[in-house]
Amino acid sequence: MTVAKLELSTDPALKLDADSSSGAKLSPRAELARRALYYMSLMREAEDRIERKLYRQGKILGGVYVGRGQEAIPVGAGLAARPEDVLFPSHRDLALYFMRGISLREVFAQYMGRAAGLTRGRDGNMHMGDLRKRIVAIISAMAASVPVAAGAAMALKYQGKDDVVFVFFGDGATSRGDWHEGINLAAVQKAPLVLLCNNNQYAYSTPLDKQMACANVADRAPGYGIPAEIADGNDPLAVYDACERAAAHARSGNGPYLIECKTFRMTGHSAHDPADYVPKELFELWEQRCPIRRVERRLLDEGWDSPAAIEAVHARVRREIDEAIEWAENSPYPDPSELLDGVFERKES
Amino acid sequence: MPTTYVEAIREGLREEMERDPNVFLLGEDIGIYGGAFKVTQGLLDQFGGRRIVDTPISESAIVGAAIGASFMGLRPVAEMQFADFISCGFDQIVNFAAKCRYRWNAPAPLVLRAPCGGGIHGGPYHSQQNEAWFTHTPGLKVVLPATARDAKGLIKSAIRDNDPVIFYEHKALYRRVKEDLPEGDYTVPIGKASVHREGRHMSIVTYSAMVHVAAEVAALMEREGLSIEVIDLRTLTPLDEETILASVRKTSKAIVLHEANLTGGFGGEIAARITEKAFEYLDGPVLRLAAPDTPVPFSPPLEEAYLPNAQKLLEKVRWLAAY
Repeated sequence: MTVAKLELSTDPALKLDADSSSGAKLSPRAELARRALYYMSLMREAEDRIERKLYRQGKILGGVYVGRGQEAIPVGAGLAARPEDVLFPSHRDLALYFMRGISLREVFAQYMGRAAGLTRGRDGNMHMGDLRKRIVAIISAMAASVPVAAGAAMALKYQGKDDVVFVFFGDGATSRGDWHEGINLAAVQKAPLVLLCNNNQYAYSTPLDKQMACANVADRAPGYGIPAEIADGNDPLAVYDACERAAAHARSGNGPYLIECKTFRMTGHSAHDPADYVPKELFELWEQRCPIRRVERRLLDEGWDSPAAIEAVHARVRREIDEAIEWAENSPYPDPSELLDGVFERKES
Repeated sequence: MPTTYVEAIREGLREEMERDPNVFLLGEDIGIYGGAFKVTQGLLDQFGGRRIVDTPISESAIVGAAIGASFMGLRPVAEMQFADFISCGFDQIVNFAAKCRYRWNAPAPLVLRAPCGGGIHGGPYHSQQNEAWFTHTPGLKVVLPATARDAKGLIKSAIRDNDPVIFYEHKALYRRVKEDLPEGDYTVPIGKASVHREGRHMSIVTYSAMVHVAAEVAALMEREGLSIEVIDLRTLTPLDEETILASVRKTSKAIVLHEANLTGGFGGEIAARITEKAFEYLDGPVLRLAAPDTPVPFSPPLEEAYLPNAQKLLEKVRWLAAY
């Protein structure tokens, strides 16, 4: 078998610089904030179309799970990850796919069950991955990715590389045995694993205090002998900084590091769930903390961007998404004759 | 010098580790202790702790880690200390490993070694033969060698295979069967049955330890003039249907024998295929001999009553011969 040939990401946001008319050299921090805005806007807009338009029009079937309000977490982490680092997104981390150079067309085709989707119609929604781009598909059982990510991290260490693995999960996933088994194994093996919890305070309809008796997910880390920190999960730069610390820890052979990103799920568990069980005031409170509005304010307050430049980013995102949806809708479904292919490796006869 | 089944597996592991630096082993007590059944004895000294990894008691993490390492280009061989504990890693096996190639074209070339089977007074949690859980899951290869020669050749093929393989080693065979092995590097293909013993009047289709029960009965019946062919499937998935059907077309009578319990066992699948595809050749019903639908009991008289054996098989053979 030939191991998947790496095709590491070309970051579409890098093109933003070429697009900007000013040509002025930006500080690294300003650069990060601009890239964060682009990717968060892309994720928000793509998921709004998926959940609020295409799903309701019946153009997308099955389960639809979005990360509305949580965009800073995949985006902050994605900005900190190197192209060779391995990503295990949760079901609320769509931006990571775009950041790894997977196209909007492929993503919409995936959601629509088309042949051009990353799973060629075998699986739906964000159940997708591409080993060439070092991004691994989630399965539906929560936290199942954690032991797999631990093994990928053990392999990177075995191979003598200084790449790390980022694994993403929600607060609910930390109730599953796989989460604990995977972290414990990675800890004793000192495997280079960064664990990113999006603590959005609800596991489907079950609030945090019915999921765990400790105050923070981060409180679980000392039991495994690993460091942890709590980050503002609605600030991509705060998530980025935490990931830089975590990745540096893991890259230097010190083993896993847990980051708990405090955030809020600004939607139901999935597209069919109106989330009536969430007090309205919580939505209102967290709306004030919208990560996209916050990074926009930062860009303006620091004088890194003008209101027109910010509007141009959103306009560009809408344009790219319009184009991709149209393309995906016109792309073919998989041929039923392919049903049996790929259960096992095809042997040359 | 004959080689035992357990030595044959160890030699297969050793040779593959020498051949390919990406092969590594992980599991509970496989390093300093050499494994609960000493399958990996001596390998820690030869290969060191980087390639022989003692893990916490975490079957789900062991299977998951093997999947993750395989995604990164390694060839993990994970040991479940007893096949009975494989249920603790079930979700990783049936939902992660089995489906990733089909879903997103991500092969998981790993081997799960699972010491299985009864006859050692292990009781309900150290005796199970649970291969049917996995033959019902598309995407997994299921291998169960009966001889030392096949054990070595198949473990080597399993490690080289690009799909997940569950490799059931029968505990009662570890030190009970031995034979001279071919010199040097050889493999036995996955998905090919063997005609363990040729015969003309009846086929016994079986695998794992029951191959030896079938061979014993075949030798006994030979003296009574009944010539029995013993088919050792060696692999259940993918199944070598051709060898089964060719045998039944020749003998016209078939008994399917396995140690796992009857209902939902793989024997039902074999019987159905024979009936669907060789019905016109049959001179009698396809019989099954399997353990009853109970947990595996501990006490010797109960376990004796539970396991299929030569005496129970003889009754089936005589009944079918007279049909």
